[in-house]
Amino acid sequence: MITLENIHKSFGAQHVLRGVTLEVPKGTSMVVIGGSGTGKSVLLKCILGLVSPDSGTIRVAGEDVTRSDRDAFLARFGMLFQGGALFDSLPVWQNVAFRLMRGSLKRPKAEAREIAVAKLRRVGLGPDVADKLPAELSGGMQKRVGLARAIAAEPEIIFFDEPTTGLDPIMAGVINDLIREIVTEMGATAVTITHDMSSVRAIADNVAMLHDGVIKWTGPVEKMDDSGDAYVDQFIHGRADGPIAAIR
Amino acid sequence: MTALTAPLAAIGRPVIATLALIGRLVLFALEGVSHLFRPPFYFREFGQALWQIGWLSLPVVGLTAFFTGGALALQIYAGGARFSAEAVVPSIVAIGMARELGPVLGGLMVAARVASSIAAEIGTMKVTEQIDALTTLSTNPMKYLTLPRLLAATLAVPILVAVGDSIGIAGGWIVGVSRLDFNAATYLKNTVDFLEFWDIASGLLKGAAFGFIVALAGCFYGMQSDRGAQGVGRATKSAVVAASVMILAANYLLTELFFSS
Ligand SMILES: Nc1ncnc2c1ncn2[C@@H]1O[C@H](COP(=O)(O)OP(=O)(O)OP(=O)(O)O)[C@@H](O)[C@H]1O
Ligand SMILES: [Mg+2]
Repeated sequence: MITLENIHKSFGAQHVLRGVTLEVPKGTSMVVIGGSGTGKSVLLKCILGLVSPDSGTIRVAGEDVTRSDRDAFLARFGMLFQGGALFDSLPVWQNVAFRLMRGSLKRPKAEAREIAVAKLRRVGLGPDVADKLPAELSGGMQKRVGLARAIAAEPEIIFFDEPTTGLDPIMAGVINDLIREIVTEMGATAVTITHDMSSVRAIADNVAMLHDGVIKWTGPVEKMDDSGDAYVDQFIHGRADGPIAAIR
Repeated sequence: MTALTAPLAAIGRPVIATLALIGRLVLFALEGVSHLFRPPFYFREFGQALWQIGWLSLPVVGLTAFFTGGALALQIYAGGARFSAEAVVPSIVAIGMARELGPVLGGLMVAARVASSIAAEIGTMKVTEQIDALTTLSTNPMKYLTLPRLLAATLAVPILVAVGDSIGIAGGWIVGVSRLDFNAATYLKNTVDFLEFWDIASGLLKGAAFGFIVALAGCFYGMQSDRGAQGVGRATKSAVVAASVMILAANYLLTELFFSS
């Protein structure tokens, strides 16, 4: 469904991605793990075309993303940004319903609002937050509004950049279940970035570990514990000593 | 050899950088305007921009024009007295306001108020990934953010200039009548008799150009903003400086174009 082949990306002298090759089959959930600053967010942005890779090809459903019609392409995607990226001039419900209020998916205002409130409920937020401004919410609440916005138009492919950071354990569990549900029930393809190992086990079909600009290891989540890869072992057990340097 | 070329390089580098900047600015402007001819058009954003740029700038433009008109009357009276030409005060105040001071001072005040706020707003959206989010939600940031502001400023600033002209002339009249012993009716008659249509129209055209420049600088530097609060601060400062300089340069060029024959 999504295939990356030998993706390279540098920012100035900093060579962030150094030949990433990865495949995400349709209707599965891929979790990308890796140290802070290794380029996980940059990887997602490359697929969306928000950052253009220096070299390599990205295909979605067999089609080269640089050649496809941008609008039609993006209409299939939902994205939760690491920082939420809510529009702070719009109330919460208009953030969630943004896509439903303009363009090809436009529908009447009342209906858009209804859908927004329903999506907010799915991420554990009551109807009373619908009319607030994003700045009036806590960090974790903003994250969940971002999540509701990502899933509002029921996209085929959804990217979640750290969906559970900043959430309490119960809310994290709710979000993990939601992501799992979106994949199994709606048949969506999901790519999630997370540092939370319990999240990895709850969400993933497959796991990929990004380190030093390449995918060090990828495989089904069941194989993660006996991957035989020293990098993966150190990461999932959170050990300070191992092949991954603590200072990066 | 390097000792010889070093000074040349020191001159050449900023020149090339400036030319590159102008090139990017022009491309940015063309792209922004091109969205006018490609639906959809975001009316709500346009309305909000009109309100922000036009209505909310009225007090500052009005006050600037009022005090300038008053000071202008005093100066021209003092200058005219040297060759017994005090009677020209009403017509020179009117012509000076309409052709030059109304649009230029109005444009500069709008640059300070509007270019900075546009750059800060869009810059913040850039660094908090809201611009990226717009794109992923199938909304073109140039169409959604830039075009409404460009259009609103181009339409609103001439109206601000017209209001400013009137207030400036009124300021001159008040000073003329209360401090310089002009007859109220004669002053008004002189103002109206000597003011030509083109005096006013040229000022309004300048206003439109300055409005476009202000919104362009704000959007351009906002969209270019580097990451972090410092990046937004730099974008804001650059937008105001660039808008002001471009307004003054454009004012000279337009004055040449309109009045040198
Ligand atoms: N627009 C940009 N300009 C310059 N450098 C960038 C840009 N975006 C990312 N980087 C750099 O690329 C590297 C990878 O960033 P990225 O945000 O992908 O990390 P990450 O793996 O998502 O980390 P984290 O887990 O902390 O979110 C960082 O060193 C960052 O400084
Ligand atoms: Mg990240």
